[in-house]
Amino acid sequence: MSLRNVGIVYRKELTEALRDRRTLISTIIVPLFLFPVLSVGFGALAISLVGKAKEETPKVMLRGGEDSPAVVEGLKKLDKIEIVPDASNWKDQIINKEIRAAVEIPVGFQADVARQKSDTISIYNYEGELKSEFATDKIEKYMKDYRDNIVKERLAAKNLPDSVLKPFEVKRANVAPPEKVSGAAFGGIIGYMVILLCMTGAMYPAMDLTAGEKERGTMETILSSPISRMHLVLGKFFLILTAALGTAALSVLSMGVSFSVLTHYTQQAGSTNPDAAALALKLGPKAVISVFLMALPVAVLFSATLMTIALFAKTYKEAQSYLTPMTFVVIIPAVAAMLPGVELTPKLALVPILNVSLLCKELVAGTYHWNFIAIIFSSTCVYAGVALFLAIKMFQRESVLFRS
Amino acid sequence: MIEARSLSKRFQDKKRGEVRAVDNVSFICQPGKIYGLLGANGAGKTTTLRMLATILEPTDGTALVCGYDVVEQPEKVRANVGFLSTATALYPRLTSQEMVEYFGRLNGLDEATLKKRVDDIFNRLDMNGFRDRRCDKLSTGMKQKTSIARTLVHDPPVMIFDEPTNGLDIMTARTITAFIRECRDNGKTVIFSTHIMSEVEKLCDVIGIIHDGKLLTEGTLPQLRQKSAEQDLEEIFVKVVAPHYVPSEAN
Repeated sequence: MSLRNVGIVYRKELTEALRDRRTLISTIIVPLFLFPVLSVGFGALAISLVGKAKEETPKVMLRGGEDSPAVVEGLKKLDKIEIVPDASNWKDQIINKEIRAAVEIPVGFQADVARQKSDTISIYNYEGELKSEFATDKIEKYMKDYRDNIVKERLAAKNLPDSVLKPFEVKRANVAPPEKVSGAAFGGIIGYMVILLCMTGAMYPAMDLTAGEKERGTMETILSSPISRMHLVLGKFFLILTAALGTAALSVLSMGVSFSVLTHYTQQAGSTNPDAAALALKLGPKAVISVFLMALPVAVLFSATLMTIALFAKTYKEAQSYLTPMTFVVIIPAVAAMLPGVELTPKLALVPILNVSLLCKELVAGTYHWNFIAIIFSSTCVYAGVALFLAIKMFQRESVLFRS
Repeated sequence: MIEARSLSKRFQDKKRGEVRAVDNVSFICQPGKIYGLLGANGAGKTTTLRMLATILEPTDGTALVCGYDVVEQPEKVRANVGFLSTATALYPRLTSQEMVEYFGRLNGLDEATLKKRVDDIFNRLDMNGFRDRRCDKLSTGMKQKTSIARTLVHDPPVMIFDEPTNGLDIMTARTITAFIRECRDNGKTVIFSTHIMSEVEKLCDVIGIIHDGKLLTEGTLPQLRQKSAEQDLEEIFVKVVAPHYVPSEAN
């Protein structure tokens, strides 16, 4: 095998790729800007939207309560709640978001409480609608506090301490380090993004270097040169691999930077907005390097497979129609790894893409199961080797190269 | 020298079944001569030339190019051949010079030799004005010159031209025909396929008429005139092909 010839083809393909706008967009622009937009952008946007929703003064309709002035008075005094009078179309008003919730106080509520007769206060809301949920939470909290005060008064009247109702406390405490907590929450997404970007990075050069050559009429030109088809396919393969790895490397880098910016931002915002702290992710350099190393055989697998498939096509457009469904083939196992409860098992460690995606989740969380790492790395290398072998074989088939 | 020995190529076609694109074709092209392969569209010219350039592998038979077997030593054959057709396009994102250098390197030229060779060719073909211009920005004539430079860069002893003037304007076509003559004058073995009678009359030392994959006759123009008792090449062609002609609808 002549590395010189492979190198000549590689250098030429690299020169052309760096002059191709489509390849540059998919290899450099998308990975560099996708993560910041998705993480920092969306994260900041979500925090800001939730904050704004909480700041809003919701309208809550009061139904009944004419004979329970103390409760009504308390509700009216609630901070950032606007109590509106009863109306017959209260349900429609909630659905149409004119009011956020309605609270119904039964007749004789206050008297019943005094007589120690249990009643039910109903809160009506628009389930899943953020602002309605916030309004409900506020009303619910007020009613619970009101109930607790009554309980306290009753206990005091009987000279009993509060601990009568709380014989013991239940407390939960996290012992996992922050990177493991955030890894468990974000690891799946990171594996998914790296795999997907590896694929998109390889896709355009794979089409350009095979179907694109056929369409432009340069395939016959290159086949008339003395270079062997194996050297030719290897030169092309290494360029596609470079694009896939370049995309993966840039995405991992961009991901690391984005999350450190996001962590910084959320730490600052965390003091005023407790929800923001939940979005923080601690991603160490070890995790970044590990994810990238696992992306290596995946990139080889994608590069060789995409090149083999695209070679069948006669035109760039035809290649696109073959490769677009491949995105779903990759997304499904990558998404499956994000499902709750899907964990690495010896069998799943052999399923391509899903295994790497699951492993990335563990790696980001700082867990290194060396047995699984060895199985996944070697099995993915075998799949990648088979795919590359097929690509070389395909390049030797006249029926594929000169399909008409 | 090129020596085709019972060269055959069969394809499997879903509708037509087995297609004999080239059927038992034998001929010899001598150095310093132009061999013209004359035939209608679909006669088997391109397939024959692609087999000689080792782009396609023969189903049966073989050919020797500069003493190398096209089946056994395809890479050595390609190192001795310059192949030019209207289908051999240029890489659009490479400059004219990069294109020629790329093929020089693929042909094993070292950097010093390559530089000298590229400079010589660019001077000879008057290409210095556009050597740094990308191929997708070149005019048709400039593209043809770049293609010629690409085939010449390793100075091959055998030149294969597959309908090289197809679809070109008259001035660009003349550049190509002048180049083909120059190759012959430099002692190269030249094989040239076309369906344009006037080109054959002007250029070819030996003419082979190919139809439906079979080489029906060959010889110099005077020999063909004598055999067919016709003066005009078109009449000779019709007389040779007519007994074998089956309208395309009948196929």
